[in-house]
Amino acid sequence: MTAGTLTGGPFLPAIPEIWLAGSACVILLCDVYFGAGRRGVTATLTMVALTVGVALTSQYGLSMQRVLLFHDLYVNDPLAGFLKMASFVAMATAVFYSQDYLEQRGMQGGEYYVLCLTALLGIFVLISANSLLTIYLGIELLSLSLYALVAFDRDSGIAAEAAVKYFVLGAIASGVLLYGMSMLYGLTGTLDLDQLSSTVRRGPDAALIIGVAFVVAAIAFKFGAVPFHMWVPDVYQGAPTSVTLYIATVSNLGSFALILRLLTHGLGGTPAIWTQMLMAVAVLSLLLGNLGAIAQTNLKRMLAYSAIANAGFVLLGFATGNSAGYQAALNFTVAYVITTLASFGMILILSRSGFEHDEIADFKGLATRDPLLAAMMLALMFSTAGVPPFIGFWAKLWIIQALLGGSHVWLATFAVLASVVGAFYYLRVVWYMYFEAAGDRPVPEARPRMRFILLLNTGAVAIMGLLPNALLSICERVIP
Amino acid sequence: MQQFGLLSVVIWLPIAGGLVTLAFGEQRARPARWVALLSSLLTLAACARLYAGFANGTANFQFTERASWIPALNSQYSLGVDGISLPLILLTAFMTVPVIIAGWSVVEKRSAQYYAAFLIMEGLMIGVFAALDSLLFYFFWEAMLIPMFVIIGVWGGPRRVYATLKFFLYTFLGSVLMLVALIYLYLKAGDYSIAAMQQLPLTLAEQRWIFIAFLLAFAVKVPMWPVHTWLPDAHVEAPTGGSVILAAIMLKMGGYGLLRFSLPMTPDASRELDWLIIALSLIAIVYIAFVAMVQQDMKKLVAYSSIAHMGFVTLGAFLVFYIMAATGSTQGAVNGLDGAVVQMISHGLISGALFLCIGVMYDRLHTRDISAYGGVVNVMPKFSALMVLFALANSGLPGTSGFIGEFLVILASFKASFWFALLAASILVVGAAYNLWLVKRVIFGPVANEQVAKMKDLNARETLVLGSLALAVLLLGVWPAPLLNMMEASVQHLLQQILTSKIPGGI
Repeated sequence: MTAGTLTGGPFLPAIPEIWLAGSACVILLCDVYFGAGRRGVTATLTMVALTVGVALTSQYGLSMQRVLLFHDLYVNDPLAGFLKMASFVAMATAVFYSQDYLEQRGMQGGEYYVLCLTALLGIFVLISANSLLTIYLGIELLSLSLYALVAFDRDSGIAAEAAVKYFVLGAIASGVLLYGMSMLYGLTGTLDLDQLSSTVRRGPDAALIIGVAFVVAAIAFKFGAVPFHMWVPDVYQGAPTSVTLYIATVSNLGSFALILRLLTHGLGGTPAIWTQMLMAVAVLSLLLGNLGAIAQTNLKRMLAYSAIANAGFVLLGFATGNSAGYQAALNFTVAYVITTLASFGMILILSRSGFEHDEIADFKGLATRDPLLAAMMLALMFSTAGVPPFIGFWAKLWIIQALLGGSHVWLATFAVLASVVGAFYYLRVVWYMYFEAAGDRPVPEARPRMRFILLLNTGAVAIMGLLPNALLSICERVIP
Repeated sequence: MQQFGLLSVVIWLPIAGGLVTLAFGEQRARPARWVALLSSLLTLAACARLYAGFANGTANFQFTERASWIPALNSQYSLGVDGISLPLILLTAFMTVPVIIAGWSVVEKRSAQYYAAFLIMEGLMIGVFAALDSLLFYFFWEAMLIPMFVIIGVWGGPRRVYATLKFFLYTFLGSVLMLVALIYLYLKAGDYSIAAMQQLPLTLAEQRWIFIAFLLAFAVKVPMWPVHTWLPDAHVEAPTGGSVILAAIMLKMGGYGLLRFSLPMTPDASRELDWLIIALSLIAIVYIAFVAMVQQDMKKLVAYSSIAHMGFVTLGAFLVFYIMAATGSTQGAVNGLDGAVVQMISHGLISGALFLCIGVMYDRLHTRDISAYGGVVNVMPKFSALMVLFALANSGLPGTSGFIGEFLVILASFKASFWFALLAASILVVGAAYNLWLVKRVIFGPVANEQVAKMKDLNARETLVLGSLALAVLLLGVWPAPLLNMMEASVQHLLQQILTSKIPGGI
């Protein structure tokens, strides 16, 4: 309340959301009036909106203490500020990577960017949620935008199939979440997360366990964790690559916010119930994700299974039930988002009109056709596999350290062994790029601007791998 | 306590040189080659300064550097050398130069990437030996897999993909368990520094688990029987330079790890499980030497002989407890540890030289089959002289460096048990057999076929490379004192650490 009463009314900390909602509407209108003639205008406006959004967030959205707004429905704290900034940057990078791809496929309609912005708004609502209602609002806003985005390529049968699967399963998951929330409400009589966390401190009873189980199931769905992972491979492969990029990165930050607000804060009083559920889900995800990825020939599908395995790692961080684990999970999520942005950016820069470049075999001989791109992809694959000197190593290291700190020696051992299995399929991409002949595969297009951003992105993967302290200490600071 | 000292230079200079080489690209391979040679020579020069400035007679770490690296994990950029790590660093810098020169006009495919990979490897390997912080150690240790994976996979033989994947996954599997052990130690010690971990008291049960985790990582690297199967595959498929670096330096990391981590951090578990290591070492020495004898492929033969010789390293290191129990004096134990370190250096020189010799022959005939050769001495007298020297050194001929290490270890094993000594000494017979038989079939006799008759003798570049290695092998063989003096204080210190129980309350 304090910051709000100083100047400009009580809404100031919520400026990022207000700006996003407003600019989404304005961009939609602009697209209707000017968009048809000049194709790039909507994309440019979106980038402007994101840039201004970053400025506004850094001015009003970053807060050193907890600020509650709108009758405690909305919270702003250091974590929210950090996640929002990260989401802005991730989305801007994603939009940047996607432009050429969308243009070549005639998908540059303004609705695409507007849907991306509303999805981002949904993520922001999740990030700042302090009530079960707000959480549900955020999830629905995010999910509905994503369903539409997956189906955005109207002529693609596989995209339509993916969208329907995503929609049906997502709707069931929302129902499950609502049902779990209703049980929690029935037990405690409150929707407010602060009150919830202080009320459910009493010992576990059957109704509480069932309610929490429903909530955890919905969260696992959002993360794509086993056994609620069925949508992930199909959606990753079927959706246009730019949308897959969005789901794999920006949307992941939303999932992180969801679990953090709902489980560790709202149900923080009874961690014993959900940590064991998370452990089971995480172990299964690591197992199935890593084994499933080995068999894939399509890179997007392989990255989908890799996403399942990585979700397992994040959930292991939460399964420790202490803040060291949450910090490790945050660090892992951010590292994963940075690396995955570049991995999908790589598919996008290599694709041409009429050619998706998403089969692993399409990478054969890339090292001779384009040494720079191949070297970057090598760094990204080794980073995801968790090999130093890249950022992915520290992400895994911290999770393992948190597990050992919580005396889960066997879980830690299982996690590292799973990542050895995982290393195999990342290595296969490197193998195709470096050890196989190019054949008659063409030299990739130059695209200097995109190449530059991709280089910066991969540079971040390497630099933050050499000097990991900055990200680690931010994570330590925002999750006390 | 300098901010940025000589050790940082020898780590980052080759890496920077490698990146510059990479930037030159394949279109400008000639300047790239010169940059590569220059950076490896500069690194060697910097190492010479390390050698000159190193003070014998103290077990303290020298040339130490310390800078804040990851305060969030209590890990520091902390470097230093003692009498055990410095010889290995010198070996690394010394062996990289011949590798660069040996590839000079031979490697045509993506040569800039080839040199860059070896230079980056060099920096990372020196980093492994110089790191005083276990997280930094692990950082270099794992990062090293990336260039080696590429080296075997790109420039290797027909089954290179299989070999490099096997190499990577084997070593990765061993390493990740070591990481779990290191993090466990960190959580107990509150610090990632190796010194703190060495002083940390641990119960016997804890030590046992940590010892096993370490052993998996180091045994794969050494490699010890029965986790050695990746090595012959990797060696056969790797390009000449890759084989040299693998045999000369990467294998030493396993031995170094045992001396720096396993023995001092888990001395009581080492005492309890030393029979295991000794048994595995003796199996490697005896059994693998016989396996070496029946190989048809020259590289495979040297690869198996490497496993047998590395058995001496692990044997020498773990004889300590038996010797102390049998004699009660530390002199025999010191011999064993000395022998282990000398054997590492000597084997680095000799096996590297042998792989270079095989490379010389392979460049001419494009086969490594022993049966394809015969009577090479008639057409390549200079080469044959050197090759015979290295083969004899490999079988432990007095006057070569191969003798010193093996002799010290056999001497130590006599003090432990007659039977250990008998088995270990069998290598003198079997080793001589496979080395001499190799020489007989390849070098001596009448010229076997027309291809051999057309082989040209060494050119100036090859003579320089093999000649300098021969010099080093002989020098170390007749005058090992500088090396032994350098090691002495550190080995004594290590022995004290090994013999001090870490179980809380003591025995």
